[in-house]
Amino acid sequence: MDGKKLVKMANDIAAFFAAEPEPKVALEGIAGHIKKFWAPRMRRELLALLDAGGDGMAPAVREALAAHRRLLQPATR
Amino acid sequence: MYSNKVQDFGTPARPAAKSVALQIDGQPVTVPAGTSVLRAAALAGVNIPKLCATDSLEAFGSCRLCLVEVEGRRGFPASCTTHCEPGMKVRTQSRKLADLRRGVMELYISDHPLDCLTCPANGNCELQDMAGVTGLREVRYGYAGENHLAAPKDESNPYFTFDPTKCIVCSRCVRACDEIQGTFALTVQGRGFGSTIAAGPTNFLDSECVSCGACVQACPTSTLMEKSIVDQGQPDHAVDTTCAYCGVGCAFRAEMKGSEVVRMVPHKDGKANHGHSCIKGRFAWGYATHPDRVNTPMIRSKITDPWREVSWDEAIAYAASEIKRIQARYGKDSVGGITSSRCTNEETYLVQKLVRAGFGNNNVDTCARVCHSPTGYGLKTTLGESAGTQDFDSVEHTDCMIVIGANPTDGHPVFASRMKQRLRAGATLIVIDPRRIDLVRTPHVAADFHLPLKPGTNVAVLNAMAHVIVTEGLAREGYVRERCEVDQYEKWKTFIASPKNSPEALEAECGVPAASLRGAARLFAKAGNGAIYYGLGVTEHSQGSTTVMAIANLAMVTGNIGRPGVGVNPLRGQNNVQGSCDMGSFPHELPGYRHVGDAGVRELFATTWGVPIQDEPGLRIPNMFDAAIDGSFKGLYVQGEDIAQSDPDTKHVQKALESLECLIVQDIFLCETAKYAHVLLPGSSFLEKDGTFTNAERRISRVRKVMPPLAGMADWEVTVALSRALGYPMHYDHPSQVMDEIALLTPTFTGVSYDKIDRLGSIQWPCNDAAPDGTPVMHEQEFVRGKGRFVVTEYVATPERTTRKFPLILTTGRILSQYNVGAQTRRTENKVWHDADVLEIHPHDAEQRGITHGEMVSLQSRKGETTLRAVVTERMQPGVVYTTFHHPESGVNVVTTENSDWATNCPEYKVTAVQVVAHAKKSEWQRGFDSFASQQEGLLPKTAVRGDVR
Repeated sequence: MDGKKLVKMANDIAAFFAAEPEPKVALEGIAGHIKKFWAPRMRRELLALLDAGGDGMAPAVREALAAHRRLLQPATR
Repeated sequence: MYSNKVQDFGTPARPAAKSVALQIDGQPVTVPAGTSVLRAAALAGVNIPKLCATDSLEAFGSCRLCLVEVEGRRGFPASCTTHCEPGMKVRTQSRKLADLRRGVMELYISDHPLDCLTCPANGNCELQDMAGVTGLREVRYGYAGENHLAAPKDESNPYFTFDPTKCIVCSRCVRACDEIQGTFALTVQGRGFGSTIAAGPTNFLDSECVSCGACVQACPTSTLMEKSIVDQGQPDHAVDTTCAYCGVGCAFRAEMKGSEVVRMVPHKDGKANHGHSCIKGRFAWGYATHPDRVNTPMIRSKITDPWREVSWDEAIAYAASEIKRIQARYGKDSVGGITSSRCTNEETYLVQKLVRAGFGNNNVDTCARVCHSPTGYGLKTTLGESAGTQDFDSVEHTDCMIVIGANPTDGHPVFASRMKQRLRAGATLIVIDPRRIDLVRTPHVAADFHLPLKPGTNVAVLNAMAHVIVTEGLAREGYVRERCEVDQYEKWKTFIASPKNSPEALEAECGVPAASLRGAARLFAKAGNGAIYYGLGVTEHSQGSTTVMAIANLAMVTGNIGRPGVGVNPLRGQNNVQGSCDMGSFPHELPGYRHVGDAGVRELFATTWGVPIQDEPGLRIPNMFDAAIDGSFKGLYVQGEDIAQSDPDTKHVQKALESLECLIVQDIFLCETAKYAHVLLPGSSFLEKDGTFTNAERRISRVRKVMPPLAGMADWEVTVALSRALGYPMHYDHPSQVMDEIALLTPTFTGVSYDKIDRLGSIQWPCNDAAPDGTPVMHEQEFVRGKGRFVVTEYVATPERTTRKFPLILTTGRILSQYNVGAQTRRTENKVWHDADVLEIHPHDAEQRGITHGEMVSLQSRKGETTLRAVVTERMQPGVVYTTFHHPESGVNVVTTENSDWATNCPEYKVTAVQVVAHAKKSEWQRGFDSFASQQEGLLPKTAVRGDVR
């Protein structure tokens, strides 16, 4: 998958949840959305991008991925 | 006209609480107050002769044929214009009435050609019928006097003729154009004997006529007559079915001679269209038997290889073997499928079932991804159901309508006519659109507010309007506190009341004056019933889902959900967008919008289907493209969609398709996508199969087979065969059994069956024990999700910004005569109206660039370049240009970008920063397109030579 595109998609999601006044709810929103709609291979790659330094990732995306890593990590098939 | 076998009651029904009792020819009759004597008689089985009256039009009282006698009254009133009154005693037959009627007919026939035996209306002519009914035996005046018998025919319209020699100037055509269609293109010119029907100063084609067919439908003679009837004669039978064009889902009668369609006539009892039609559904059906149809399966190993025509068995076996090979080599998740909103519910259900159960993954998506996926997300989040809230009839009760990001007169013309009827009756209108669409000002309709916003600022505009409503005390607090989540409302209220959301703060961003925003907000909030209608100008943005939720917020805060006349109404682009979404075409949802992560739902399907269902979402269409390019996605089955033309960033799509090892395309034509295919499975048109479509108002209507599939198999049979070859046999003998399975598995469809649809005509889901006859208006007592949820909708500007290099904004859309990628309408006479996509540009922008009307210009973005003909028009606002995507060689999507809605990845077709340059020749991409098209044409079997593979 195109890593830059995945990061952009995640940042777009974070931009929507930026209006949420409660930070915890915002992070849950970002992670929940990615979990609900992204295929496992996309989530796996996004987490790998985070582990590689998260270049270009919005801070809220980094925080959401870190805080909800277990939720987002696909089961190994 | 309608077949004379369809009863015509003479004047429209008058729904009324009170009834009136009277006698007609001694027979007691009770009818709703306001009913005409003509209609009351027809309802009682008494057919009074008539010519200028028909039940689709208001009474006119001109032909003097429907005269009656009323006891105690003098004279012979026209029964069409006489209302029933209590105790009235009407006599429809007497010697005097017979003499009067015969005299009228004698005058008509004295100026009418006596060529009944060779007339195209022979056997289905009201004038002929009335001559018979009135007992006309002679014309005492002779035929030598002054007459109209030498008047020339107007053959300019490709679909119907206007033969003034047959015209009796009853005005039915004029009134149909006015009352039903609302175009006001026709008039009666001249006076007395010199009166003639005129469509503008020259002819029908050059007039304002939109070829909806309402005039042809209304004509009682052969004056306005379909050319197909002129050529082929009257039909011998008719089959009820549903139009396969836009999301209005008009009911039609396919009038047939054997297995050949001779005319498509809008069904009077159609609950979506009430007997009206548009140019596409009424006339543009010839594509179904166009020589370009692919009627033999074909296969090839590489897209540079010649196609090889093979049997169905060989094609299916090859396709299945390729899927198996790819999955064995690259893994189970390396393949997927795309369903189509042009196909039936049953077909889309089967394709997603094939992917989930046969392929064993959730890599299924649908073309709604690129149109209304934000509607699904936004309405599910706020209201609890991924669907519009109303039926079309609801508009009759609307006091103020907002039309945002939709162009109904072009995209949904039959419903647009309903809107115009309501607007002419006094409803107010707010249009939110960058362009001055026709609804802004059309005969006898003018928008109270047109908010010509900058593309990409929908959320800003809606937030500003909501700000006004909240801060000026116009919110329906009682409704909100009873029906919605109060804590979410309070959170939203605090957000929306913030000064940053005021019209004054946002006017510079959105380009709409604050005073207009305030005025529009007040008008909507203070109207009794406010309804919001929207289209792809809402969804196809980076904030598409946010806009849908902002619309829901606006409807909830004004108390405008849950009764007739109000609501949130997405106007769906294609015929079965709603249905394809309902049927589980999205990669994260099983049928009925239930997430694949729900173990209980998975268990239900696994038990019925006999295989486990993956618990994770699959790839969306744009993800499939990316995965194809990175090498992890290798096989794709596409039913009825032309992603190579319709999806954005064409070069990216082409690269993805070229990366596939097996692309299976099922289509009725060699579409753009098929040129990248390895297996081509001939599709079947809507005339060749049974099934159902679900329109924009959740109405499930039957599609009925009127001719055998040209290639021998209906689409649903092909999917079943492919599944069987993959080792997952499906057992259906008829699409009705597929619907039975859908009903078994989907709570909102529990009560749906073909038998019930046949009985009721159509059904709006939810249809279950709680609503056995369906649900015209949703969320009446409570929202589907329980309490309505306000969502904070922060305006986030699109990343697509104008620059010095690309200073204009391109927005795209469609026009009346063409449909989507044009594969169907380009293969009809509709090309007379639109034979190429053009670029609309404001005179100021054109002048600055030295562009003149009609010249070829280069349209350039950071993604690519194409060449179009410029149309200089003040319909555009300065800084914004517009085009359509109906013709593949236009390459409009070469220019559009990869930007998409944050929630759904619906592409941002509506905002692309571009430059327009004068004096252009074909772009490099277009030259490549020509070369590739020519190459692919050369690879077709010699037996499949076609006139136009584009």
